[in-house]
Amino acid sequence: MLRLTGAHRKLADRLGDPVLRALAWSASAIAIVVLGALAYKVFALAGESFSRYGLGFIGGENWNPSQGTSGYGFGAADFLFGTAVTSFFALLIAAPLSVAIALFLTELAPRGTRRPVATLVELLAAIPSVVLGLWGIVVLSPVIGNTIEPALGSVLGWIPLFSGAPAPFGLFTAIVILTIMTVPIVSSITREVFSTVPTELREGALALGATRWEMVRMVMLPYARSGMVGAVILGLGRALGEAIAVTMVIGHTAGIHASLFATGDTLASRIASEYQGAATSLQISSLAYLAAILLVLALIVNAAARLIVRRTTVRLPAGLGGSS
Amino acid sequence: MEVLATLAAVLAVAVLAAVIVSVFVKGISAINLDFFIHSEVPFGQTGGGIANAIVGTLLLVALASAMAIPVGILVGIHTSEFAQARTATVVRFALDMLNGVPTIVTGVFVFGLLVAGHQQSGWAGAFALAIVMLPIVARSAQEVLALVPEALKEGALALGAPRWRTVLRVVLPTAAGGLITGALLAVARVAGETAPLLFTSSIISSTGASANPGQALTSIPVRIFELSEGYSATERAQAWAAALLLIFFVLALNVLARALYGRARTRAGTAR
Repeated sequence: MLRLTGAHRKLADRLGDPVLRALAWSASAIAIVVLGALAYKVFALAGESFSRYGLGFIGGENWNPSQGTSGYGFGAADFLFGTAVTSFFALLIAAPLSVAIALFLTELAPRGTRRPVATLVELLAAIPSVVLGLWGIVVLSPVIGNTIEPALGSVLGWIPLFSGAPAPFGLFTAIVILTIMTVPIVSSITREVFSTVPTELREGALALGATRWEMVRMVMLPYARSGMVGAVILGLGRALGEAIAVTMVIGHTAGIHASLFATGDTLASRIASEYQGAATSLQISSLAYLAAILLVLALIVNAAARLIVRRTTVRLPAGLGGSS
Repeated sequence: MEVLATLAAVLAVAVLAAVIVSVFVKGISAINLDFFIHSEVPFGQTGGGIANAIVGTLLLVALASAMAIPVGILVGIHTSEFAQARTATVVRFALDMLNGVPTIVTGVFVFGLLVAGHQQSGWAGAFALAIVMLPIVARSAQEVLALVPEALKEGALALGAPRWRTVLRVVLPTAAGGLITGALLAVARVAGETAPLLFTSSIISSTGASANPGQALTSIPVRIFELSEGYSATERAQAWAAALLLIFFVLALNVLARALYGRARTRAGTAR
């Protein structure tokens, strides 16, 4: 241990507090500046495309990067569609699964198994998305193309969503991958929300003769409703922004189709696949425009989720969510 | 209902098991000494390994940690020791928003800031990873520093210690377990990140491996991404082997972080 004596000690002590305060203050300032600079830079990069297309870009259905051809031009509609469809259906599957998992972990699982199973489910969130994407390409996609989609098509083929030729890569495969990525996040937050339900309420319901299912339905779910909504919206934020795993399995075509078996592209996956090889400055700028749209969507969704969850006084784990 | 809830939990665990088992079974065959000590070979040749990707990942993560961890912990100190409630709320909100930025957008940002007009570099990649790490480290630092009992701090201050000494000698050591957990989770998170590196540190010069962050460094996740697009059996096998290495590293860090957190919590609990 460093011993400072006499005059030195006084000097160190006099300087120490303002120095630490200044360092700590700058660190917080850095966090805010980085966020501001990030938003500013992404919008600035989108400038050329914005001055060319304006807000009409958002609804533009054309994306043709080959310069010199007649259709050369850019628009975001196809990718907004891809992002909306994949995220929506992923959360549609993930939400009930996650609530069920959270119920299992708070109500049903034998005491000794709760922690290990909860840890395993959370570890699922830690699998890097490039690994999940690789698994999606090699293991999942043949199962989907050869078994799951034909089965869905033969039973539900009269619904446009499940019509068309089955294919290993496409929106449906991306939806399954996104479901796998969001379930751990949504279920672990939902579990936290369930654990805030006061024991008196639960025991009161049971004492009044409610069955366990009635107690869950009439006490826990209503009490936890807004927290569960927040959890699902937070999962949505994760699904919207996922680039790598989606880009590996979605098949990369622009276009709007009724069928989930078709190939497609999301905002994030199009940026990931095209940014590097972009040929014209307008194309780069248009991809940055996609990034700006994605940024705005993600920030709105996250802010909404935090506001909702904050009201339920559940602390959100900061490190949750895997690599993308 | 009970059956359905149980089935859902079983399904989630089964998916985790399926991913890990496939990675293990398909990856183990391509793992040998050459895989670790050789770098990738030029297009068209066979063989090679991922030595340069391992070095690159270690370097990128180390540089990113050196940027993000001190800043993150200082943010936590600012919130717990100095900031007024309203400032703390603003900082917390900014961190949550930063945490919600899709990592591919972070990649676009750093590309525009450091790569456009220059070239890809390890520095740019590490900076992008640091942006991903910062909110994770800072939020967990804020949370664990808030748990340090006021009585401990007041005791140190009452003995005449200046605040900076109180922070260094009392606050940080008390919260060390939680701080390390947050840092480890952040490291585990960025070790597997591909998207922030795609535009900032992925184009490797043909002269081969480099450990110089002034040039683009390859990394294990980016290498898996490239190999997964290959069609040859050896490329696929190498992709799986690299995935096995990455998943082992990331899951081990996660388990370690959780174990440390559990211990730190028990200790804090008995101390109070």
